[in-house]
Amino acid sequence: MAELAARGEKPEYLFWVGCAGAFDDRYKKVARAFASILNHTGVSYAVLGTEETCTGDPARRAGNEMLFQMQALQLIELFESYGINRIITICPHCYNVFKNEYPELGGNYEVITYLEFIEAGISAGKIIPELEKFRGTRVTFHDPCYLARANDITDSPRNILRLLGANLIEMERNRHFALCCGAGGGQMFKEAEKGDKEIFIERTEEALRVNPGIIATSCPFCMVMMTDGIKYKNREEEVKNYDIAELIAQSLGF
Amino acid sequence: MIANLIFSLLFILAVFLFSANVRHIARNIRMGKSIKINDQKPRRWKTMARVAIGQSKMTSRPVSAILHIFVYVGFIVINIEMLEIIFDGIFGTHRALLFLGNVYPVLISLFEILAVLVILACVIFLARRNLLRLRRFRTSEMTLWPRSDANIILVTEILLMSSVLVMNAADGILQFRGNEYYAVTGSFFISDMLHPLFAGMSDSGLVALERSAWWFHIVGVLIFLNYIPYSKHFHILLSFPNVYYSRLEPIGKMVNMPFITNEVKLMLDPSGAEAGGTEEDEEVEQFGAKDATDLTWKHLMDAYTCTECGRCTSSCPANITGKKLSPRKVVMDVRDRTEELGRYRRKNKGDMSDGKDLFQRITDEEIWACTTCNACVKECPVNIDPLAVILELRRYQVMEKAAGPGEINATFSNIENNGAPWQFSSEDRLGWTGN
Repeated sequence: MAELAARGEKPEYLFWVGCAGAFDDRYKKVARAFASILNHTGVSYAVLGTEETCTGDPARRAGNEMLFQMQALQLIELFESYGINRIITICPHCYNVFKNEYPELGGNYEVITYLEFIEAGISAGKIIPELEKFRGTRVTFHDPCYLARANDITDSPRNILRLLGANLIEMERNRHFALCCGAGGGQMFKEAEKGDKEIFIERTEEALRVNPGIIATSCPFCMVMMTDGIKYKNREEEVKNYDIAELIAQSLGF
Repeated sequence: MIANLIFSLLFILAVFLFSANVRHIARNIRMGKSIKINDQKPRRWKTMARVAIGQSKMTSRPVSAILHIFVYVGFIVINIEMLEIIFDGIFGTHRALLFLGNVYPVLISLFEILAVLVILACVIFLARRNLLRLRRFRTSEMTLWPRSDANIILVTEILLMSSVLVMNAADGILQFRGNEYYAVTGSFFISDMLHPLFAGMSDSGLVALERSAWWFHIVGVLIFLNYIPYSKHFHILLSFPNVYYSRLEPIGKMVNMPFITNEVKLMLDPSGAEAGGTEEDEEVEQFGAKDATDLTWKHLMDAYTCTECGRCTSSCPANITGKKLSPRKVVMDVRDRTEELGRYRRKNKGDMSDGKDLFQRITDEEIWACTTCNACVKECPVNIDPLAVILELRRYQVMEKAAGPGEINATFSNIENNGAPWQFSSEDRLGWTGN
């Protein structure tokens, strides 16, 4: 972003990578996959790179409003300095904060999830996935709380999976009633409280009951949880966990 | 004549006591912090029509939804007959609505059919609670009183509905026998089928039965009316305003703290002091909630509206996996604490310093088990927001007490120092590109 700004250019979109895309080894691949999709469509975009910082979402949800607002107000200022008004996110938590919580603090942007971008790209013919790649593969989709319940986005991921030719099968709890993976609200960064079971195991077992070849996710934290769950259940040979961006990238031959 | 007088006195007493109790609850709810909710009125009415009157959120669990509809519609429609009973009671008439002519037996038959459906639903509800022992009626907060409360309500409704059927059956036989006091009404759909049960009784026996059933019904209703403010059954009144005042924003949006926005703006740009100065009258003595009075009146109304159905808890990922957190318990704790504080205030002429707060009821283990997934919020049929309370408790623990879990505090430091919840340097943020 800084480089474009130095050249006096302004990209159409800010691609917001998020902390997981930047630092989580597994999720870096998702960030790469989506960047390759962006490149493929030829849309102009930029990333903030080293200027990117936390949106403050985990702080707010863990009760540290002061820290949240520090992060948010600094970012709003940074966005303003670059004149950013359209943001694409891959993380549902970042999406939710930008879309629903920043406007009240003075940050108004058109925020879209990468799922909406991909879906629109496919209908516009800019993304033409190879349909045979996943033909007949049993795929189940784990809805992230902050897309489905929080923001009513449940059709986009399913439409994309169907367009890929996948055999989409639903878990018992799905869409607005999907079970959380257990990572939200700051849980990702702490041990769970005492109980009978870890939430991610409960959810993974539910996913495995429909015998999927692929558990598709669209959130970095869900990915950590579901991948761990599959390992815990010793099923990593037959069941894979991919992000929807990776499935598209694979079908495009990247 | 004496009967009319006794009835009138009972009726006035019952209404008086009931309104006094409702006023107590209203005063308790107003102990909450004041917030203004008067925007988007058309949308609020629509939400109330859909969610409260139309029961749209019940449908996610079809069995209880259908049974609940029987009781709900039964309650509303059968109340039309209450008007007749009250009129008869005060003026000593018998079946004052008979002037409706041919419509009358149709109307009463409709009430009777609904009464049977209510009885059926209540019997099944009792079985679900006490025989099938569904998990959602058995979690830790469902102690003796909440379980008894539910059973008292269901048994009372069965008795009240049955008494109407018995009353009509005795009345019908007396009409058939040409008793002068019992005017011919035309046949009643359900109670006519009960005639064989009482056919062997004498006229005077039937009159006694009819009168006792009438009195049992109306006195039962008046007692039940005064039981409701002490019971989870209060939802039959509060559901409607509670849904009307519910949050219309996307449920992923957490409530902002404008005071902090000003503080942070001042910190980031001290020269903008005058911009924040206008808000000086906004006094914030404490962040988050320690006691019921730190929550808003809407949170307290939520708590009084809760009918303890447990849909929230049965969809909570923490509770499903055996953690102590139960959103229903949080809501019930807020209500019980508000009641406790309200009682203390009445006894002590407005003094509210009883030395207790919400944290004697809600533990850290509960509030830190929440994933903020919003499943409880999505489930609640009357738009209660348990997550909002959990967030306010977390805000108090973190910002007032610095008492969050150690790993959470470490996460805060990371965000503050590295701009990420993990301990990575922001210099490495482009590592994913592989360059």
